[in-house]
Amino acid sequence: MDRIPILRMGNFLLVTIQVDLYDRLALNLESDLVQMVSKTGARGVLIDISALSIVDSFMGRIIGNIGSMSKIMDAETVVVGMQPAVAITLIELGLELKGVSTALNVEKGMELLRSKIGSFEDFEEEEHDDHRPE
Amino acid sequence: MKVDISKLLQKKKKQILEQWMNNQLADESLREDLMSNDELRIQSEELLNALVTSVNNRNIDDAQSPDFDTTIEILSGISISRARQGYSPKETGIYVFSLKDAILQTLQEEIKTDPVTLYTVSFKVGKLIDSFGVTTFETFIKGREEVILRQTDEIAEISTPVIRVWDGILALPIIGTLDSARTQVVMENLLQQIVDSGSSIAILDISGVPAVDSLVAQHLIKTVSATRLMGAECIISGIRPEIAQTVVHLGIDLSNIVTKASLASALRYAFTMLQLEVRKTAKEKNSL
Amino acid sequence: MIIVLSKDTLVIQKEQDVVPFRNRIKEYAVKIGMGLVNQTKLITAASELVRNMLRYGGGGTTIIEVVSKGRENGIRLTFQDKGPGIKDIQQAMKDGFSTGKSLGLGLPGARRLVNEFDIKSVVGKGTTVIVTKWKNG
Repeated sequence: MDRIPILRMGNFLLVTIQVDLYDRLALNLESDLVQMVSKTGARGVLIDISALSIVDSFMGRIIGNIGSMSKIMDAETVVVGMQPAVAITLIELGLELKGVSTALNVEKGMELLRSKIGSFEDFEEEEHDDHRPE
Repeated sequence: MKVDISKLLQKKKKQILEQWMNNQLADESLREDLMSNDELRIQSEELLNALVTSVNNRNIDDAQSPDFDTTIEILSGISISRARQGYSPKETGIYVFSLKDAILQTLQEEIKTDPVTLYTVSFKVGKLIDSFGVTTFETFIKGREEVILRQTDEIAEISTPVIRVWDGILALPIIGTLDSARTQVVMENLLQQIVDSGSSIAILDISGVPAVDSLVAQHLIKTVSATRLMGAECIISGIRPEIAQTVVHLGIDLSNIVTKASLASALRYAFTMLQLEVRKTAKEKNSL
Repeated sequence: MIIVLSKDTLVIQKEQDVVPFRNRIKEYAVKIGMGLVNQTKLITAASELVRNMLRYGGGGTTIIEVVSKGRENGIRLTFQDKGPGIKDIQQAMKDGFSTGKSLGLGLPGARRLVNEFDIKSVVGKGTTVIVTKWKNG
């Protein structure tokens, strides 16, 4: 059975979808990712969909699911690199993916994840944090 | 028919051309501003040549005959180029019909003695050139249509410029009515530019949009949502008081969208989002 | 007057057939010069419809046609299954309605993505959906 690889980078999980999805593959990704979040205690999930030429309502739902599931396991999800044509199509389809954070590319996505998780950690280590803006 | 039309026309070609030119030059619809008389003469001679060499007693009844392909081709070329130059269809029509007058005048002089033949030949020539005239109108309109199509494309292109106002900030002033086809072009352009420039903020300025109804609002909301899906933020600026009034009267909900009255305030908001600050240099120097 | 310029039939029986089916549509769409956004809309609509066909009709036959009407070229897709059929088409075309556990965006969403949409269904016999997307539509 085909599977999409999930990479671990520190306390982030990184998924780059390089192949065209069909439903089973998307479902596997959902369960694999949730398992990984639980196993590694990851605080952030970054899904790069820049190579995906289409996202239909099912895949959109899976992406939304991953976001919501990770959220209740205390991990943030950011979807990056959606193609313009895909974004236009999803809106026309009626799927706004509310509740899913998005970013233009992996770099900006990482920044966003860090800021989301960082703000929380700042709070935890407020005492000895010498706030340096980057 | 006792007269060989082909031979007769060949022989009298020069005379017909002179006559035709005189007719054209005498007509008040002559457009010396669009074409010089020399050019007109060259164009007319080419057309007459083609006609005279292809017409004969057999095909004179049949304007669809392949013999006339060259003539029609030249004629089409003339009427398309005239459409582009800005001639009116009437002027182009008169151009072709004045050739008929010239030929008929010549025929009258040549076949003085035989009224029956004169009538038949004139009738046939008249009919042939009439059908050429119709062809002219057809191609003329086709030429105009092409102009319109090209302009439509150009307007679509021109009317959606995406401007990079700052590193990471794009602005797109929309001028004119937003229909669904326009929205599609605007969205595509904007989203592609967002990807290409890596900008995270886009400002959609609608001060040039005459009216916002619920349909236009829906298009704007779609554009904003699509921008968000890509991971960028979209601000709508240029909300004039009238637009604010209609939006509220129509009960359109824009509360999920960041809206600003002017492009300047949208830009200020964008700076804040990017944690940028704009200051006067004088103040900077004092503090140093 | 719609003229069919080419016709291609594909049988869809399992989920994995979907990816080559989508690629085939893309090939034809590229061939007639359809823009990227319209291509994406068409393929997404096809993806929704073929999923319905697999899920509710147990697979079926798809036809991809290149059609021409006047100056416009386009792609026409036909999805034919011998499934249980749809009892209430009007209800099925509404946003958010689903007999399965989906978002219920499949049929109404697909209709929004194409230019022409036609659905016929006979309970107990099967469902046929025909959609057309024009090159500049």
